[in-house]
Amino acid sequence: MESSSRITVTQREQSMVMNDVKMMYEIYTSVPPKTQRLMMELQRDNHMEYLLRGLQQLGPSFCVLDANRPWICYWILHSIALLGQSVDAALEDRTIDFLSRCQGPDGGYAGGPGQANFNCETFFYFHAPQRCCSTALFIFYQMPHLATTYAAVNALITLGSDKSLLSIDRGKMYTFLKHMKDPSGAFRMHDEGEIDVRACYTAISVASMLNILDDDLVRNVGNYILSCQTYEGGIAGEPGSEAHGGYTFCGLATMILINEVNRLDLAALIDWVVFRQGVEGGFQGRANKLVDGCYSFWQGGVFALLQRFHSIIGERLTQSGPGEAEYHIDSPEPTPESDISEGKESSDGTSSEGDEACHFQPGGSQNAPCPVNFDNVGFVSSEGLAEREPLFHSIALQRYILLCSQDPGGGLKDKPRKSRDYYHTCYCLSGLSVCQYSWLKDEDASPLPRAVLGPHSNLLEPIHPIFNVVLDRYHEAHEFFSRSLRKSS
Amino acid sequence: MDSDKEQLEQETLPLSLSLSLRPEWSDVKPIPQDDGPNPVVEIAYKQDFRETMDYFRAIYSAKELSPRALQLTREAILLNPGNYTIKTLKIGKCDSENGEAVTPKTFMNVWHFRRQILEALDANLLEELDFVGCIAKDNSKNYQIWHHRRWVAQKLGTSATSKELDFTRKILSLDAKNYHAWSHRQWVLQALGGWEDELDYCQQLLEEDIYNNSAWNQRYFVITRSPFLGGLEAMRDSEVSYTVEAIMSNPDNESPWRYLRGLYKNDTESWINDPKVSSVCLKVLNAKSNHVFALSMLLDLLCHGFQPSQDFREAIDALTSDSAPIDSDLAKAICDVLQRVDMMRANYWIWRKSKLTPVA
Repeated sequence: MESSSRITVTQREQSMVMNDVKMMYEIYTSVPPKTQRLMMELQRDNHMEYLLRGLQQLGPSFCVLDANRPWICYWILHSIALLGQSVDAALEDRTIDFLSRCQGPDGGYAGGPGQANFNCETFFYFHAPQRCCSTALFIFYQMPHLATTYAAVNALITLGSDKSLLSIDRGKMYTFLKHMKDPSGAFRMHDEGEIDVRACYTAISVASMLNILDDDLVRNVGNYILSCQTYEGGIAGEPGSEAHGGYTFCGLATMILINEVNRLDLAALIDWVVFRQGVEGGFQGRANKLVDGCYSFWQGGVFALLQRFHSIIGERLTQSGPGEAEYHIDSPEPTPESDISEGKESSDGTSSEGDEACHFQPGGSQNAPCPVNFDNVGFVSSEGLAEREPLFHSIALQRYILLCSQDPGGGLKDKPRKSRDYYHTCYCLSGLSVCQYSWLKDEDASPLPRAVLGPHSNLLEPIHPIFNVVLDRYHEAHEFFSRSLRKSS
Repeated sequence: MDSDKEQLEQETLPLSLSLSLRPEWSDVKPIPQDDGPNPVVEIAYKQDFRETMDYFRAIYSAKELSPRALQLTREAILLNPGNYTIKTLKIGKCDSENGEAVTPKTFMNVWHFRRQILEALDANLLEELDFVGCIAKDNSKNYQIWHHRRWVAQKLGTSATSKELDFTRKILSLDAKNYHAWSHRQWVLQALGGWEDELDYCQQLLEEDIYNNSAWNQRYFVITRSPFLGGLEAMRDSEVSYTVEAIMSNPDNESPWRYLRGLYKNDTESWINDPKVSSVCLKVLNAKSNHVFALSMLLDLLCHGFQPSQDFREAIDALTSDSAPIDSDLAKAICDVLQRVDMMRANYWIWRKSKLTPVA
């Protein structure tokens, strides 16, 4: 067998990162147990300090994120919620007020406050204001965008108060989402914007959270996601592109929400995702790319999605027997007979969990009922499926997050030698939470001690893996929006 | 106004001159952002950033589709908030040394408005491509820039084909896995054409770095979608040979293994029965190192009905530790080996084993 002697760019970069990671692990093994405990500890206080500081004021370098301020709100608030904390009433009010200023007059949220104070003089100079609310002389100059809409909605749900939830104009949101829907079925990021899997996920996620998902929004979006699953098994941003962790999460979560997940080749998808976990313990976003802490959630979350909303992983690991749990690689289950719009996510918000059919049960499997029950995330089965180990290496991932992605001074990051930021703080912590609860048989149970790496104080709040908001905030919002009918649009 | 614009294009523009001091802007009243009395995630804007955006809000609200508005969007895009040094921008010559000229990451409405202005002014879009090119080189992971470029190229049509292929090639020479650049390139090929040399290009990139999964993905894109190659089945034989060679030189490289499987997409029968597939597995197994992907593929083959010869059984036997007797079911035995040698995925292989259809 010939072997190539020349080291390629991929190999060189990979070996550099591996050396860094190896060094971190070697340091860990070489220090006394007391230091080890400290290294493996989630530095809650420092993370909180870093997060709260950012929520108040950001330095000039954040100008680059000027059009992403709802995202910064979400990353910070969700991280705080994962740490089991919340912001005080004043800060909550300020956040609601700020995000309301980002909400567009025709629904959706822009990247920053869209209204500017006008005095009459200014108003009359400008001959053709695009939109004008006659009483206040406001003009909206920011364009709503699906990604910032998703971020704002998730941030408001994370805040959780009635005031916060009521600040979202669901009627106009529905109009906005309809406006973003392309005739092909997929969604655009913004007016005349790009179509991709992110847009589909953020649209469907927001609609589902707000209980305004209906047939019109769902129509053909599954076809688009399906066309983005690649020969590798993962999902790409657009048809033809490369399989990618972020889009795989978005695509899978969308398919679950619209109840078409079995149209995907799940065996291929799982096989692709498990191979994204590298020797470092963390996940990479694509084959032969470098590990990055944020994929702890995007890739790790895929397992949480499948484990909780699909029985393909739902059976006990050691279980097999005639007629059950056959391993279909190339023959995904037929599309579920029942459409989601008739079930839980209907826009009238009247259906109850009792109406739900068991959509995701592969034929023949009798012992793992796994309905799409978003109210009981983590609840899998009454058949005593305790201690189902996740299909990825949860402990190795936690080790990577704590030792290689954590800045002891506060905040989390991509990998050693990188600096912390709010995006990575949010997604590393989300991934850590996914790991800690990955053994669980139901959502009310506490994680097994061995499922949590490091001191027990490392334990974070559980998340709802489809929306990535803390679970109890999801429940509160879900209940809230189930009660209220959509305002007429 | 057109000549003004040209002048602006050509001269070196000192960014330090405040808009409020420029006579051509004296009739415009800037509109400050209203963050509210107590905003969160408040950004301490640099003065020039704040001022430019205040003027932008003014012209945006007025829908002023004018050359000076175009110029203003340019300044907004070129503003470098992270690295505030007074510098001049040599318009038209903007190479990577000028890497400080970083644009803010999004600015979606600035870009959106710029498109409206370009359209209204019937502006020279080839120049626009150059402008975007300067910015994209330093911001090659920005969705907005690529979306804008796609819009411009679409307007230009096939006259932009070679320019776009060259441009993405340039970006990919700096970062061979840039997702946006690949996506743009695929769009160019599909919308504007230029497929002729694409397989050679993939070949070249893979020669440089056989681990470049993006290049493998592009190769798959080309062989399945190029109007000149006759499609997957027509290409399969030669592609399998190429891929097998790549596997044999680097059996630890996941990319060609996935590519090989992809070559038989929707044709499982051919995949199972093609001796080239099973034999590459066997060869790698017999070499006894870097064989995780070979084991994995053999497992998949068996799951789909591949009938292994005694050679395969012996190869697996040789990989099994002496103490443990090999499972009579070859697929199970493979899962056992994988569980041991591929520890990161031990749970996955246990699960795979649990999902095996019992031998009849």
